[in-house]
Amino acid sequence: MIRVSELSLRSGNFYLERVSFEVATGQYGVLMGRTGSGKTTLLESIAGLKPVAAGRIELGGRDVTRSKPAERNLGYVPQDGALFTTMSVSDHLAFALEIRRISRAEIERRVLELAEWLEIEHLLDRSIRGLSGGEKQRVAIGRAISFRPGTLLLDEPLSALDDVTRAHMYVVLERVRKLTGATILHVTHNASEAASLADRLFRIEDGQVVEHPLPDLDRVHSNTDSHAGGTPGSKLH
Amino acid sequence: MSQIAPREAFPEHRARTDVPFFLLMGLIGAFYVGCILLMLLADLAYTSPGEFLGAFAKPEIRYSLRLTMVSCTMSAILSLVFAIPIGYLMSRYRFRGRNLVDAILDIPIVLPPLVIGLSLLILFQYVPARFTAFREAIVYQVPAVVIAQFMVACAFAVRTMRATFDQIDSRREQVALTLGCSRSQAFGLVVLPEAWRGIVTSGTLAWARALGEFGPLLIFAGATRRKTEVLSTTVFLELSIGNLEAAVAVSLIMVASAVIVLIVARTWGTRALDP
Repeated sequence: MIRVSELSLRSGNFYLERVSFEVATGQYGVLMGRTGSGKTTLLESIAGLKPVAAGRIELGGRDVTRSKPAERNLGYVPQDGALFTTMSVSDHLAFALEIRRISRAEIERRVLELAEWLEIEHLLDRSIRGLSGGEKQRVAIGRAISFRPGTLLLDEPLSALDDVTRAHMYVVLERVRKLTGATILHVTHNASEAASLADRLFRIEDGQVVEHPLPDLDRVHSNTDSHAGGTPGSKLH
Repeated sequence: MSQIAPREAFPEHRARTDVPFFLLMGLIGAFYVGCILLMLLADLAYTSPGEFLGAFAKPEIRYSLRLTMVSCTMSAILSLVFAIPIGYLMSRYRFRGRNLVDAILDIPIVLPPLVIGLSLLILFQYVPARFTAFREAIVYQVPAVVIAQFMVACAFAVRTMRATFDQIDSRREQVALTLGCSRSQAFGLVVLPEAWRGIVTSGTLAWARALGEFGPLLIFAGATRRKTEVLSTTVFLELSIGNLEAAVAVSLIMVASAVIVLIVARTWGTRALDP
């Protein structure tokens, strides 16, 4: 469960004032909003990477407002994946487990399981150099869910992918949701992503987080900035 | 309603030739590169192999060569020990007085070398009388060589390390934090390995600076033969007694060691980047 209550944030020239919303355990929440509306900053504060001015953040029923990122039990996939350039694919999947001093055999088992879920078994020994955009994102997602966190935060994970890869990633994300049972908050400005994945749909409007009913997607789409939907084929791979 | 003018094409445009551009740029570049090479060639032409080997055979110069290698390496390592944390803090954190600290870190770079040496000497005048033995073990002794080299070399190492950390996306550390790392684990497991190439470059640069250090050494460590004599001091001492041939030969030894270090660092640094 992700519960944000009366949260206030300030960063640069934007602010969020007394924002509240909730995503129930195991649900897939999608958060939309204009570029610069504070989607990423909101996600970062939930992850514990940005300080909050006021309010409260609960994850899995625990107040984590003042907790360190390491203690929030959440997986975080930033926009560009932010993979570790010196590590192989399997190093990424094993990283959080090694930090937790899990046994070698258990780590190996888990790495294979994750690779199978994300269809990256053939990449395990590869360095991350030369991976395609979709492969990189799957590694980043695998790294984020490796230690079985209760919450998964995704910041525009599909924004740099072509349409075919993106469509396949919907399948992968759906599988991740089913197999992990994690509560997910996915930031995007792509309405088709929201339509394909969301259980709950939120939008940042004038410094507030407003929930929209799901059939409302068309209207949300038309309100979002121009590159929201993405013209087919215009996206970088 | 105004009439839209009929579309009439502008006369065909032909771009001017790019040859003069590249010729000019190339000539200017080639002139400087040529000057560098000519300088070294002149040194080579001035000395003979016999002269060169003769210089190597002199015990003073051997001592000086050994001390140079040891002191430069120590200064470079010491510089990295300080430059890595300072570079990281300056790259990642905004704090009160940061600009001031930034300016202070540049002082050794902009200060005249002689002034650095003099300032070090004066600083050690303030060592309390009880610790005179400490002072005497440093000033005009071998440790003074390393300290004088370090004071300047470190400032260059700091700059390089800071640029290195600036180029490493802080997102990666943030992800490491969410994966369960403490700050020190994120630094040690994620940032340092990625900074490897920068560390090699920084260490090399510090080493090369230390090799060329002379002014501060002369004042703070003195120029005593077979004691605080490093290669730059040797060149000065040989020159001051009119032995130009030996001075050139020693200069060539310095050129050679600098080139070797640069080559080693380049190959090593590049290989570290492509595992």
